[in-house]
Amino acid sequence: MTQIIVVTSGKGGVGKTTSSAAIATGLALKGHKTVVVDFDIGLRNLDLIMGCERRVVYDFVNVINGEANLNQALIKDKRCPNLFVLPASQTRDKDALTKEGVGRVLDDLAKDFEFIICDSPAGIETGAMMALYFADIAIVTTNPEVSSVRDSDRILGMLQSKSKRAEQSLEPVKEFLLLTRYSPSRVTTGEMLSVEDVEEILAIPLIGVIPESQAVLKASNSGVPVIMDQESDAGKAYSDSVDRLLGEELPLRFVTEEKKGFLKRIFGS
Amino acid sequence: MSLLDYFKSKKKPNTAVTAKERLQIIVAHQRGERDAPDYFPQMKQEIIEVIKKYVHIDSDQVSVQLDQNDDKLSVLELNVTLPEEK
Ligand SMILES: Nc1ncnc2c1ncn2[C@@H]1O[C@H](COP(=O)(O)OP(=O)(O)OP(=O)(O)O)[C@@H](O)[C@H]1O
Ligand SMILES: [Mg+2]
Repeated sequence: MTQIIVVTSGKGGVGKTTSSAAIATGLALKGHKTVVVDFDIGLRNLDLIMGCERRVVYDFVNVINGEANLNQALIKDKRCPNLFVLPASQTRDKDALTKEGVGRVLDDLAKDFEFIICDSPAGIETGAMMALYFADIAIVTTNPEVSSVRDSDRILGMLQSKSKRAEQSLEPVKEFLLLTRYSPSRVTTGEMLSVEDVEEILAIPLIGVIPESQAVLKASNSGVPVIMDQESDAGKAYSDSVDRLLGEELPLRFVTEEKKGFLKRIFGS
Repeated sequence: MSLLDYFKSKKKPNTAVTAKERLQIIVAHQRGERDAPDYFPQMKQEIIEVIKKYVHIDSDQVSVQLDQNDDKLSVLELNVTLPEEK
């Protein structure tokens, strides 16, 4: 059975695209045939993070409009045999995504793929609603910061009332919290909400905590999903999250401050 | 963290606690509205307008909230902070 997973947040810039790319790649590395779909119509970016921007010919909207078929639009990842990208279109037409059209494309993808990852745009407009409508699982990407947490709660409300599962009174969408850009040292000094704080407020199960990491910028600079950088803290944290998504139970890593030597504390890091 | 920061951090107020408290209130509020019927925002606005006809208040001095106690019972709670008599 194909699982449709939406990576969503409400608030912009919290790490949805970074996480979609990492999670899709992680699932594919584990041997699951996976496609990651960019729902950010007009602001395509997933192709850059996946490093396939020069291979985009047709896009999601072309497929919906019947101007191309799926095989023409899907981009096969060069690193990972089980991984495909369906890029967003750069059209400014807000109504390019229709429930009927998106549903048809997802149905077609479901014939071939085990996992369909939907990279949602920010906000609560059409694009974001289309990305979450068909979801079986939602990964609510949140930064430990007031506006992001509030927006995540609003998105949870949408998942519970506006998704297909809600509308048809099916089993509800499975919601998971992915806390990103976490900075343990700032939590220690009382400047940042802790994992426990955010978990308590949003009251959904935690799938992972991704530390604030320089590896993320390095990865996006080179167009390689950060999960491929297994030396990095963020890469490892994303791997753990993928394993948890697949049902493994793993302890959290990178959530406590690294003990710094006395000299490092004096001279700074 | 430098030596200076290290000592400064001892005295820094804990803003994360403030953030959490504010979020708990706003999220509880959001969830209340989430389960409310579609006519609720309109009704709430009209109730506030009616009160304003008689008493001089700002909209943020009125809180209209719907509490779902259980499946059979919901309570409409109306709180108005009346201005002091001059
Ligand atoms: N763990 C992290 N550590 C450091 N930087 C990060 C981390 N996660 C994301 N970023 C940075 O945050 C920025 C936004 O990330 P990203 O594009 O993934 O967010 P988004 O939620 O998809 O944004 P949008 O809402 O615009 O689609 C990027 O510059 C990215 O490099
Ligand atoms: Mg994005």
